[in-house]
Amino acid sequence: MPSKNAKPRLAVWKFASCDGCQLSLLDCEDELLAVAQAVEIAYFPEAVRSALSGRYDLSLVEGSITTPEDAERIREVRRRSRYLVTIGACATAGGIQALRNFADVAEYAAVVYARPDYIRTLATSTPIADHVPVDFELRGCPINKRQLVEVISAFLAGRRPAVPPHAVCIECKRNGNVCVMVAHGTPCLGPVTHTGCAALCPSYNRGCYGCYGPKETPNAPSLSRWLAALGMDARALQRLYRTFNANAAPFREESERHGA
Amino acid sequence: METSGTVVITLEGLESLIGLLKRRGYRVIGPTVRDQAIIYDEIAALAELPRGWTDEQQGGLYRLVPRDDDAVFGYAVGPHSWKKFLHPPTELLWTAERTEKGLRVTPAPLPDERFAFIGVRGCDLHAIAIQDRVLTHGGKIDPHYRARREALFIVAVNCAVAGATCFCVSMQTGPKATGAYDLALTELGREEDHRFVVEAGSEAGRVVLAELPHRAATEKDIAEAEAVVSATAANMGRSMRSDDLHELLLRNLNHPRWDEVAARCLTCGNCTMVCPTCFCTTVEDATDLAGHRISRSQRWDSCFTMDFSFIHGGSVRASPRSRYRQWMTHKLATWQDQFGTMGCVGCGRCITWCPVGIDITEEVAAIRDSEQH
Repeated sequence: MPSKNAKPRLAVWKFASCDGCQLSLLDCEDELLAVAQAVEIAYFPEAVRSALSGRYDLSLVEGSITTPEDAERIREVRRRSRYLVTIGACATAGGIQALRNFADVAEYAAVVYARPDYIRTLATSTPIADHVPVDFELRGCPINKRQLVEVISAFLAGRRPAVPPHAVCIECKRNGNVCVMVAHGTPCLGPVTHTGCAALCPSYNRGCYGCYGPKETPNAPSLSRWLAALGMDARALQRLYRTFNANAAPFREESERHGA
Repeated sequence: METSGTVVITLEGLESLIGLLKRRGYRVIGPTVRDQAIIYDEIAALAELPRGWTDEQQGGLYRLVPRDDDAVFGYAVGPHSWKKFLHPPTELLWTAERTEKGLRVTPAPLPDERFAFIGVRGCDLHAIAIQDRVLTHGGKIDPHYRARREALFIVAVNCAVAGATCFCVSMQTGPKATGAYDLALTELGREEDHRFVVEAGSEAGRVVLAELPHRAATEKDIAEAEAVVSATAANMGRSMRSDDLHELLLRNLNHPRWDEVAARCLTCGNCTMVCPTCFCTTVEDATDLAGHRISRSQRWDSCFTMDFSFIHGGSVRASPRSRYRQWMTHKLATWQDQFGTMGCVGCGRCITWCPVGIDITEEVAAIRDSEQH
């Protein structure tokens, strides 16, 4: 734990992302003052004006690596950071923009931009951990602000964050929800998805979309067999796994087993 | 009004029972329809019970369907079990505060809520008895569970419907309610002469029953009630030979069937969450940002998570095969060594609520059958 006199320096970094996860920090209305008291927010372009300088005790990194410049910049962030925590599906899995990994980026650019030759981008969108060592990955699209406060509190207390990697189902059952798949026949990724959202969608009678990516030891092939038996076709199965965490290995591999 | 022996109450009598228990300070919990299923929640009146509803169940499948009569208890068990009240999913254990004199620890107060459960089936009565053994006997006593359990009033129901995933007969836990209940009901004449045969199983039950409008049961009432239970027993959806499970499973720890079930198992933990006897918890500490306050809570855990068996160096049961095997052999075999009873009551919830329909009775049968070839 850092000494009482010098507050730990916190930095928030953005790579290819929508800013939603770093805004979760500003969304911590009740805890925001406590956060500001506990740490010195030394670099956070969304919230404070300050220059990039010196070293940081805790870096929160949002976004994926999609350009050659960013692939260099993340190394600089790592060099300046004692602890580096990635936040959100982009930083931990490559994000929705990793759909490019399944396609031809040059073709995409030609379709979307009037002058594709202005675009300098990598062929893939990859998570931060593919580029530098990461101390902790906080999942979600977007992350859960309570979990973010937990990660910061755990860092300050020098303990392991209580962010379990089990299935959404366990949280769903603890909440007393009726299983949408068993009782309603609604396809749900909960059994293969990392918990953290407080089982948000099933709590409103929707199937889980897998926003938090694969859980520990996921068995997507077994779930897919069941969903296929419930009537889901191969293309739909492929799309099911290809959202915010399309590039996370268990979801990527499962999506590649289905569809055209 | 004196009450001795078996009596009969009407629907109005059941309504009076709910009101009476509420007036006596109980939180009355009973089956009710929510999100297309019959769950357990607080109820205030007879109208909140699932009158005219039933369920269809299979491995990985549950559907709420209307009945063609007005039965109040005409369905099998649903996704919830009573452990959600007696042994809740999260329980605060203690909080601590940093003061000038050091750390001040405050234990969480013992619960003072008094529950009355309406509609506890034979399987679930046995499940409560099993959790009693685990949580209130021996070395580790859970004082929160014990406080709720000691204040509990149980209105049991003799099952009139066997679900397609039920196998209480195999586990000798039902369909007749046996064990520690205060009152036990058998529902009769769901269309005409709708009534309940009631037996008191405790002094508290007799006292409550005496205050309800009732009449003595006739031989016909009693014969009809017995016929209901016999018919249910004859219609079990599943069966599982249970007298040799300990030896059968423990001599087959390396059976290839474990690999086959592991290929299907999602290790999602749903079976353990819905199981009325699964009692495992983990503790979780929370600290505030300033480092002044700490709290420790207990929450339901599952032997299907990696953290559950995490010791120095990693998880002891890293493979899904070892986790499924641990769960099933504990339920059916090693539970007997540990607690002197079976860990399974044959309620069928793990079969119905497994997202991919894994069936514990089918897994046992596959292992048993393989020995005969």
